[in-house]
Parts: sequence; C-alpha cells; structure tokens
Amino acid sequence: MQSSISLSLSSPSPITARSNCGVDSYSPHLFFNNTTTPNQLRFCGLRRDAFSGCKSSSSNNAIRFNQLPPTNKVFASLSGNGTPSKGFDYDLVIIGAGVGGHGAALHAVEKGLKTAIIEGDVVGGTCVNRGCVPSKALLAVSGRMRELQNEPHMKSFGLQVAAAGYDRQGVADHAQSLATKIRNNLTNSMKALGVDILTGFGAVVGPQKVKYGKVGGTETIITAKDIIIATGSVPFVPKGVEVDGKTVITSDHALKLETVPEWIVIVGSGYIGLEFSDVYTALGSEVTFVEALDQLMPGFDPEIGKLAQRVLINPRKIDFHTGVFATKITPAKDGKPVMIELIDAKTKEPKDTLEVDAALIATGRAPFTEGLGLKSVNVQTQRGFIPVDERMRVIDTKKKLVPHLYCIGDANGKMMLAHAASAQGISVVEQVSGKDHVLNHLSIPAACFTHPEISMVGLTEPQAREKAEKEGFEISIAKTSFKANTKALAENEGEGIAKMIYRPDNGEILGVHIFGMHAADLIHEASNAIALGTRIQDIKYAVHAHPTLSEVIDELFKSAKVVGCVSSVTPEAVAV
Amino acid sequence: MSSSLLQSRVPTALSFSSSIAGGTKPQWRFTSAPAVTFTRRTRNSTIHAKIREIFMPALSSTMTEGKIVSWIKSEGDVLSKGESVVVVESDKADMDVETFYDGILAAIVVAEGESAPVGAPIGLLAETEAEIEEAKAKAAGAGSSAPSTPAASAPSPPPPPAPVAAAPTPVAAPVAADGPRKIVSTPFAKKLAKQHKVDINKLVGTGPFGRITPADVEAAAGIAPAKSSAAPVTAAAHAPAAAAAAAPAKSAPTFAEIPGATIVPFTTMQAAVSKNMIESLSVPTFRVGYPIITDALDALYEKVKPKGVTMTALLAKAAAMALVQHPVVNASCKDGKSFTYNSSINIAVAVAINGGLITPVLPDADKLDLYLLSQKWKELVEKARSKQLQPHEYNSGTFTLSNLGMFGVDRFDAILPPGQGAIMAVGASKPTAVADKDGYFSVKSQMLVNVTADHRIVYGADLAAFLKTFAKIVQEPDSLTM
Repeated sequence: MQSSISLSLSSPSPITARSNCGVDSYSPHLFFNNTTTPNQLRFCGLRRDAFSGCKSSSSNNAIRFNQLPPTNKVFASLSGNGTPSKGFDYDLVIIGAGVGGHGAALHAVEKGLKTAIIEGDVVGGTCVNRGCVPSKALLAVSGRMRELQNEPHMKSFGLQVAAAGYDRQGVADHAQSLATKIRNNLTNSMKALGVDILTGFGAVVGPQKVKYGKVGGTETIITAKDIIIATGSVPFVPKGVEVDGKTVITSDHALKLETVPEWIVIVGSGYIGLEFSDVYTALGSEVTFVEALDQLMPGFDPEIGKLAQRVLINPRKIDFHTGVFATKITPAKDGKPVMIELIDAKTKEPKDTLEVDAALIATGRAPFTEGLGLKSVNVQTQRGFIPVDERMRVIDTKKKLVPHLYCIGDANGKMMLAHAASAQGISVVEQVSGKDHVLNHLSIPAACFTHPEISMVGLTEPQAREKAEKEGFEISIAKTSFKANTKALAENEGEGIAKMIYRPDNGEILGVHIFGMHAADLIHEASNAIALGTRIQDIKYAVHAHPTLSEVIDELFKSAKVVGCVSSVTPEAVAV
Repeated sequence: MSSSLLQSRVPTALSFSSSIAGGTKPQWRFTSAPAVTFTRRTRNSTIHAKIREIFMPALSSTMTEGKIVSWIKSEGDVLSKGESVVVVESDKADMDVETFYDGILAAIVVAEGESAPVGAPIGLLAETEAEIEEAKAKAAGAGSSAPSTPAASAPSPPPPPAPVAAAPTPVAAPVAADGPRKIVSTPFAKKLAKQHKVDINKLVGTGPFGRITPADVEAAAGIAPAKSSAAPVTAAAHAPAAAAAAAPAKSAPTFAEIPGATIVPFTTMQAAVSKNMIESLSVPTFRVGYPIITDALDALYEKVKPKGVTMTALLAKAAAMALVQHPVVNASCKDGKSFTYNSSINIAVAVAINGGLITPVLPDADKLDLYLLSQKWKELVEKARSKQLQPHEYNSGTFTLSNLGMFGVDRFDAILPPGQGAIMAVGASKPTAVADKDGYFSVKSQMLVNVTADHRIVYGADLAAFLKTFAKIVQEPDSLTM
C-alpha cells in the first residue's frame, strides 16, 4: 500500500512499462514521471481529496495520468530549429505545408532536426483551407439551424423559437474566418519553433535534393538529409463533368457557400457528400444523391449505414439514385438547368436525366503529385498516388526503396485523412531520427460530422468477419444504444448506437463504430485502446464520469463477453 | 404448442410475421387478446388468400407494448424476405423489424407514432397485388381494436382528380412543349406526394423549369404550406417565388416579381410582430378620438424634467390613473365569451428599436410614483436596446401607449395588440386656436389622442368616459405628482 504521491515518484507507471510496443513512444512526456515538480504534487493532493470523497479506489490509471507533467515542458527544453547534419542545408525538408507536413515539422523540431517546409499554395493545405476546417464551421451552423427548426424537439425542452432564419453571407464568413484563424495558428506555431517556411512550388531534383520557387521564376536548390513529400490531394472530378464553379461545383467551391441552391445533386455519398447534404438541407435546399454503388454510404459499417440512412436521409428532403454513374454533367446556362445524365453502373444503359439547380461533385479526392520531379529518382505514380511501404518510404519502379525519400498523407493514398497524414509524418520523423516506427492504421479513427455524427475506428463488421474466417478466430459484436444514456436523453438526442467488433477469446478490439451525438469525440477511447493494445477486460474497469455520453462506450466495453482470458494487468491496489 | 413464434422471441431476434391464412402450423394461443380472436375469424373467412400479418414483436423481456417509430416501407412496396419493414421503439432501443416472407406491404394498421401491444398486428402483407384490396378491407375492419390506417385518419380529403394548376395568377410556364413532357419533381415533393397519396404525374409543376415543388403537392393535397419550411432566405441573387413562405395566407397570391429586388428575411422580432398583426385581424375594433389641452401638462413637464421624469412616464401615469376608474378598458377578452379584469394596471409602451418594435411594460403604473416610473422606464429602454428584456417585461401589458408626437404626427390610428382591451395613440401637442364655451378664441397647446379598443368588451360610451377622465387628468395634472 503506497500513497499515491510516492507512487508517482518511484514506481514505474504501467503505461511506461507497456510502451515497448512503439506506438506511443513518441510521447516522451511519459518518461518524465520522475521529474514531477512541486506544483504537480499539490495538484496530486487535490486530486487525492477529490477521489477520497468518491471512494473510487479502482481508478489508479486515472490518477497516474493526471500526474504526467504537461507536454509543453518538453518543447520548452528544445529551443528552436536544430543545426543541420554535415553537408546538408537541412536535416529534413517537407514538401507541402498541410496538416501532414505541419505535424511532421513540429515533431522534427522537437527531435532536434533542422527543418524546412515548402508551401506552394497556403499553409494548412486542404484540411485547413478547403476541407475539414471550413466544413466544420458550416456544420456548426447547420446543427443549430436543424435544432432551431425542429419544433417538436424544441417543444420537448419547453422552448419556443420563432422562425429561424440565416444570412448566407454571415454563414460563409464564419467558415472563412475560421479557416483564416486556424491557418494563422498553424503558421505561427511553425514560426515560433523556427521551422523555415520556404515559399514556392517544391520538387525533387535528385537524391536528397529539392528545388523550390515560383513556376517560371527563380528556383533555389537545397539539399536535405531526408525529404518528405506531403503534397496532398485535390477534389476528383470524373470525366464528362464540367465544373464551372457556380452551378457545378466541388467541395472547394461549396465551402465558400456562394449560393444555397433550391435543389442540388450530390454525386457521391461518402462522408464529404454526407456532410454537405447535412449543411444544404439545414439551409433549406433539397438534395438528390447519385451513388455509383448499390448502397448509400459505402465504406461505413453496413449496420451503421442503415441507421444513418434512416436518420440522416429518409426523414430529410433527400432522395437518391444508387447503382448509377453520372456520365455527363452540364452546368446551367442559356436558361437551362444543370443537366445530369445517369447510366446504370452495371449495364451502362442510360437511365435518367436529372434537371436541377446545382451539382456538387463529391466523388473523392485525387492525389496532387504532378510536377514533383519523381522521375529524377525513378519513381512512377500509380493512379497519381506515390507508392510507399508501411514505413512511408517511397518505392521506385524497380520495387526498391528510394533512400531518404518519404511520402505521407493523401499523396500516398493509404488513408486520406488529415490526422492520418500527421501521424504518418510523425512516424517518419521517428524513423529518420533513428527509431524504427510503424504506424498502425487500424488505430486511426475517422469521423463524419453530420447531425448526429458518425465515427469509426478499425474494421467494419464484414471486414472483421472476412479476417476472422481467414485467420480462424471467432468474433463477437457488442452494441449499446444512446437511448439508455442519461446525458443523451437530457439533450433529447437519444438516437444512436455504438457497436464494437471484438475477439471474445482474447478481448482484442477489432473495430468500433458510433452513430450518435458527439460520436466523433467519443471514438478516441476506442482508438487509443486499439493503438495501445489495451484489451476489453482491462479497459472495462476504467471509470467514466456520470452522466456523460462516454458512458455509452463504457457500457459497450462492459457488455462485451470475453471468455478464457483474465485481465492482463493486475492493477496494484493504491491507497487514496 | 404454446411456445409460439411470438413467445419464444428473444430480444435480438427481430423478424416477425406469421401466416394467418392457409397456414398449417399451429397458431399461438392468447386467451384474452381481442386482436387475435379477430384474426382467427378472418382466417375462416378467407381460405386461400395469402395475407399475412406483421406483428408487434417483443424486443425485450420487459416489453409489453411498442411504439412504431417509422415505417421504412410504405403501402404498396414490394418486400423481400429479410428486409427491414418497420422500426419499433421498445423501452430500450429502436429496432428494425424484418419480414420473414416476400410480398407486398398491403396495409399499415398501426401508423407511425402510434403504439400497439406486443403480438398485435401492425401491418398486412399480401402475396400478390390482387390481394391488396382485400387486405386493405381487412385493415379497415381492424380499426376497431387498432388505430386505423393513416389514410383513413388523415384529415386531408382525397386528392382532387383535376390537376391543381390554378393559382390566382397563372404562372407563365417556360417549358417548351417538346413532346411528352418529362415530369421533374424535387425530392421533398416526391416524399410529400407519397405521404399524402397524391399522384405526382397528374400535377403541373410551378417551380423553376416547370418542376413540381413541395408547394405544388401541398396544394394538390389541399393542405396549407408547411409552416416550418426551412425558409431559404438567401439575401442575394435570385430567390424565385420563395415569398410564399412568408405569408401564412392559405392561398398565397403570387406577387409579380420585380427583378433585382432584395429579399431580407424577418428577424425573430419582426416575425413576432408580423404574427401578432395578423392575429389582430380577428378582433373587432373601433376607435374614439379626443382633443386634450396640454398647457398644464407641459408646464408640469418643464418642472419635473430636471428630476428625470419623461413625457412617457407622465402619459403612462395619467393613463393608469384613468384606468383605475374605468377597469373595463384595462380588461381583455381572451375567449370571446368573457371579460378578464386584470388585477394590475401594466402600461405597455411601444418603442421602435433597431428595425423592430417592442413594448416594454411599466408594471403597476397606477401605484408607482412618477419618479419611480421614470426610473423604471429608463431601465426598460436600456434593456430593450441590448435585447435583455425578459418575456414578462414585454408581454405582460394590459393597456398600450403609442406616442408618435415627437415626430410631429398630429393623429394616427394604432392596431390593438392581441390580448389587450385598448391601445392609445398619442399625437403631437401643437398650438391650436381653441374656442371656449363662451365663444372666445385662444391659442392653446392641444394634442389628439385616439384609442382603439376591442368592441367585444369595451363599448363606445366606456371609451368616451375613459377619455374624458384621461383628459381631465392631463388638463389638471397636479394629481400626477401626488
């Protein structure tokens, strides 16, 4: 029986002990346990009071987490950009200043590498300027509109709201100012650390050599020990589609919200299309989905997709055509509406022509890898994507690794998500600073910010079943509903489920899918568990504050039935 | 025998439907469920037809009845085995109920939002189209125990056979006659048509490019435009014919569109004003005017002004004191059958504020002295400007005062706000040549007040008497300061 204070000073925390799996090894603060400063002790003392009042003796982990010193201590110990290795201008040059490049740059400086980042357009890339960030601003508006317009919902709170309206320009400005703010934050964070921001279009000119500059202007050649390509992607526009930016648009245009059409076709019902359908219908548009596959929302777990369709599509002013390709889309002109010609995806026979006010092309994204000088290092892109191995090392035409050249993010196509790019960047920096690291992509969560939200990590049920069959193990499914959650009911948002696919024999979490209020925030408990290899039989003892939405996940873990395996970590009893 | 399909259901098993006609397997036993008795009788009467019932499943051991959240399929939809048909809410969760059989959803017996006990039929499944009618008849008969089909319970009349293109002003449809016209209808229009059973092919669209809009379907179904339509209120560009949403009139006339016009949606406050004004039309009002000499009041105002007393406070106080003597003018008619005599005299004063109109209320204006009233008024105006007024501070008035005198308006006519008995419109006080009873002319300051009142409770003589009292108080204002 130790007191919690002496524990934090002397005994290794179980988390540190387990970190040999590598995934969390880039979190150096975990090793700083012994340097707990007096003010942390005081903090700890406060926690102790709090806990003793709750009689919660099983929450050891929680206490240990709280004792970790803040991360900025680590940054503070490193002052700015490092000095380059001999013979090179930089240790690391990153081409592309999106979220992936930014994440890599920050981590590189932390590792003491002399780092430069080349930005050809604007800092922040797609995510910050034309993607996740401004779309969240629009979705924040749409969520509120939806709530205010939902009379029964308001009434159930006892609230009365007179006709909710909006000012389009005001909404658009909110999105724009958010993007600007985040872009400045990103730029400042790099400047503060002393990352060299080089402006211009970057390209590889040979091994460990990069040029940059304005196209047609003066170009500068710099050398770097290691190079990361992080050039991202652009909206993919299929053949036959004429984008005019006014009535036939991509997400780039839609985020500016220059118009709110009365009726818009969204080509593609993936998460981009789905999010925009949420925005447009909340602002009063009617939406028609055109989906090439037989089902809406491909890529989501089928059960989640089904429920999501029931909540996000059916009751809204949305209809859809599935199993069809849009072969020709003509913008509105000469007094004619936008024309969309559909053919059957299988028989290729003409099926229908839609006449609408606008069309949004949300058929995915294409890598932005042209003009990168890849020929100089003998690399051939595949459908535009740069081939890489599991360590993001670029592979050349002879299937050999190109030394010192890495590619992260949308440009390699492994997982086209901003935070995946950033994680890949950090993984590469780990490697170039002498530590092997392989990123577990199955632990990277994804989210769709509709109302309510959808989030997922790991495998879907069909994927898990396939894997289970191949590798010969059993899988089980656990499900919980938001309907039984106090917080969700208090918010009158009981619609939603959480679903976990796991191995009953050893308690491994294979996938978690959540549809419901704040699902995007709830997924991280599951993604962290997968990343750290935490098993259900361990995590189920973790305590969740009541009443919170996180109890949905708590219940999910608790309802799982793991057989023949006892808790792998026996937590030491800690007196509090 | 007794362990029927129904009783053996475990919470996770959701499929439910059982043959009731021509079925060879033993039926379940429920001793006292009338619905089941009914089912048996049907079984005898229809020997060969294959009409199956979809039952309310038991989704958990504690469930005794379930609520239909939504029908995923509609009447007439072809179902295949294993497809989800309906979503049922139990005490724990919403679950999809699947069908065990192929067929056509012939009739919905329990509509969305309604509840049914576990085991009760909620829908009928026909095997062939020929049996749909029969199933429907059966569903109608089942209305005795279960709520009837949405079609029967819906208040909307059957869709008129003639296409409803007749808006007051025929819209010049720009659709060129190119052979058989393609019918274009918006997603929501389609949904509404299905919901209200309107044959969309018979409609003539009035939307852009001749497309059928939700409004067209609503017109055909004979229902008023949905009040909560999302109001596409784009301030710029083209906003064709969206104006209809603003006017709740039943057959909104289409106004000629003037190119380049800017549509600015109502703010919440403006929408509330609009709503109140429309409501006021249902009250029979009349007006009585009265000239009042204000020299004495003006003199008093000059005296008390340095102490922070405003003209508004003076007028409110005077009105309140007059109302004490004429309680009927301070009353209101809430139901068209009775007088509601208000226990306190709360003077609402109309104020124009940032493009809106609000009526902060001076409560108990008869009891508070002038200085307190003035102070209170200052507070209210400040709150109104910063949009901090609490509901009771603007909706508890029993009598309203509206003063446009400061603009030089000599007289005007106010609209009686719903829920009140009378409103006073005060014009400017102006030097006027007045003849006294002896025929001598003199120039006096005179203002015209005009009171609008609800004639259901306030009659002409009441109002005249009230105004006489009011005029007396204003002309001999010493009592105001007491």
